Amino acid sequence: MEASCLGAALELVSSGGAGLSPEKRAALGASLPLLRRDYRFQRVWFWGRIQGLRGAYYVAEGMGADLAAPRSRLYSLNCVEWNLLPPASGEMVARAEALKGRFQGDPSFEYELGDAKAEDEEKLPEDGQELVIKEEIRLVATIEQIDKAVGIIPRGSFVKTPLGPVHENRNFEGLSLTEAKKLSSYFHLAEPVNLKNKTLLEKADLDPSTDFLDSLEHDIPKGSWTVQLEKGGMVVVLRSLLWLGLTFYHVPMTKQYGYVYFGTGEKNLDLPFML
Amino acid sequence: EPGHGPYQPHEPGYGLYETGYSPEDKQISEPSTQMLAVQNAKAYLQKSSTASGLNLYDHLANMLTKILDEQPRNVVDIIENISKDVKWSQFQKKMDTLRDEHEILPTFEVAEKRKALFLKAHGEGDEELEDEIADTPLPNVMETAFYFEQAGIGLSKDETYHIFLALKQLISVQPIQTCRFWGKILGLEMNYIVAEVQYHDRAEEEEAEEEEDNEEGKKGMDEEKEGDEDEEKEEDDEPPQSTYKPPPVIPKEDTGTGTNKYIYFVCNEPGKPWVKLPPVTPAQIVCARKIKKFFTGRLDAPVVSFPPFPGNEANYLRAQIARISAGTQICPIGFYQFGEEEGDEEEEGIGGRDTYEENPDFQPLSVVEMVDSLSMWVHHTQHILKQGRCVWLNPFQKSEEEEEGEEEEKPEEPDEIQQEIGPPLLTPISEDEGIQNVPAWTAQFSTNLVPQYAVAIIQSNRWPGAYTFASGRKFDNIYLGWGHKYSPENHTPSLPPPVQTEYPSGPEITETNDPSVEEERALQAAQEEALAAAEEEEEEEEEDEDDEEEDD
Repeated sequence: MEASCLGAALELVSSGGAGLSPEKRAALGASLPLLRRDYRFQRVWFWGRIQGLRGAYYVAEGMGADLAAPRSRLYSLNCVEWNLLPPASGEMVARAEALKGRFQGDPSFEYELGDAKAEDEEKLPEDGQELVIKEEIRLVATIEQIDKAVGIIPRGSFVKTPLGPVHENRNFEGLSLTEAKKLSSYFHLAEPVNLKNKTLLEKADLDPSTDFLDSLEHDIPKGSWTVQLEKGGMVVVLRSLLWLGLTFYHVPMTKQYGYVYFGTGEKNLDLPFML
Repeated sequence: EPGHGPYQPHEPGYGLYETGYSPEDKQISEPSTQMLAVQNAKAYLQKSSTASGLNLYDHLANMLTKILDEQPRNVVDIIENISKDVKWSQFQKKMDTLRDEHEILPTFEVAEKRKALFLKAHGEGDEELEDEIADTPLPNVMETAFYFEQAGIGLSKDETYHIFLALKQLISVQPIQTCRFWGKILGLEMNYIVAEVQYHDRAEEEEAEEEEDNEEGKKGMDEEKEGDEDEEKEEDDEPPQSTYKPPPVIPKEDTGTGTNKYIYFVCNEPGKPWVKLPPVTPAQIVCARKIKKFFTGRLDAPVVSFPPFPGNEANYLRAQIARISAGTQICPIGFYQFGEEEGDEEEEGIGGRDTYEENPDFQPLSVVEMVDSLSMWVHHTQHILKQGRCVWLNPFQKSEEEEEGEEEEKPEEPDEIQQEIGPPLLTPISEDEGIQNVPAWTAQFSTNLVPQYAVAIIQSNRWPGAYTFASGRKFDNIYLGWGHKYSPENHTPSLPPPVQTEYPSGPEITETNDPSVEEERALQAAQEEALAAAEEEEEEEEEDEDDEEEDD
């Protein structure tokens, strides 16, 4: 969610039970603008909080002019001092996927990949990489996974310019109530995978400037999003069931939208059994 | 200025002066031809489109007016969109009324319900007001919410206040002695707001009677059905009777004890009517331990699972609430103590003490102590045994008729007649086992910056979403989550049991090879020898046998 409207946005997302204490809110209100200044971001998003066993990580994302470029991620243990995280690479994500269980809450904690089978050991590059992963790397990988899998925006809010960069659509007035209830009005903010597989008929209806991302309609498994109207239709809240804790909110017919993650940072692999 | 030279086809002025009003090589100097050109241009611009009835002149005028009024940044980049918007706004007025009526209805309905919460029930008078203030079971939800908010837990203030009023409404309708906001369980289509309630004693008795009536009614129906079946069986040839005896049904605990100590009411949203959840049976708890399903938000939704859950979503919800309560309701040590009136030791021996009362001499511990040591907290809800009850019941003691039969058959359960014992009431939470290497509880301060006013917060790791706070004499538990236990391993549903054998296989139905020719001849030879031996014996009785054979 946008750092500038943190207070209002937190009120809208709090129906899931998770939120921030007044102390943290105040701290964020002071430190996020400083982040923007120091790192020269154009906009700063408060991404959310991953709860560890002994502490919690507060995560923020910063973006430049191009909204589709890889974002810089920062974490903090107390919402005051922020540390930049290394950019996520595919290899990092692959290694961290093997880790299970809760986050510890200590960024220098090292996980041991002791369970790696012989095949995996051979696959590891020979430059002496250790079979330990620091929690920081796991954090980066988890945030990247969550963003890719369930980071969403309403249709029409981002516009792709002919030259490539993606900008915010200044003419976006918000989705209407009927549109907001449909999953097809929301897009994944990640490289599109399914776009080419659409039928010609569907492609004819698309507007290439706004429909350049995957919509939520074809997410597997079906039903991995819950759409609820809260406060009698004032707010549309989407919750992901794949990553429990990710909440997206949008006030129809206004420009307010955003998503935030409050959870343990674990994927819900039991989803097919639970539906 | 117009007339800057021969217009190329791509320039906008092309074709405008085709009729020769502007000579192609000369400049227009005379004002009259200039004015004429302008007028022609304007007339062209004002030509109405046959398709939409608009004309470009008015449209440009509207657009420029809008731009000059609003003065947006970088206008040239969004000029096309502005143009589209202006055109669109032409049509909006006509369709206004229709659209408004359709879309805003649901919002208004819900707002009406919420408004109803705020209206006081009139006609009660001032005397009732004093009573209300003095002795109300209504919990101070806002105060609890404030403490939880210090840790970042809780719903928005709006929603909490609505829940507060909804609880007040519940109390005014039902005869409630104590009431507590238990928490919120999220679902797919709708969520559940749960209130934990205890009735006045009289109301409990009435309820117990009602339930007995219901059960007896059901039993009567079952007996009638069985009677019919028996009659049918006598008439037909009986198929082989199955020797399967279902395991005995463990009866649920009485209202007011064990898992059914509290009664739970749920509603989907504050303002909607509260629905009472049925009491939970041990079979439901046992099954709920094996399945993991999301709640849909509708109480009558079926729960499709394996092993098949005995009940619908209301029962599943109740079972999960019971499990969560048993696992995560804690309080600071010393707040509750066991009553001094002790019942018979025999009764307590089996189930342990199940009642407690507030300790009037409770000395609140400091927040630092509460967070540092988990043994400062104790469970005040009874642990649920494997059987599904809090107090173990031997199912084989029920009916004396079946006793002898059961003893011979030896049921297959591993703990046959062994009593199940769980941790007694008021055990410290430091005794709770963790899962793998995750401790069962995490304790934190609500703030590190202001330790004088910090609140001790405990989070459960076994049931993510269960929180407890304590500050001085005040403490409370709440659950905000999806209603499932934490398991680091993937959930593996139980496999269906192996296929049962239909009939015992013995030599008479086992297939064997037909005897070969040599074996047959050998058998025949042996039989002839035996016959020859027998014939000698029968020579004496031949006459009698012949007579008998003739009769046959």
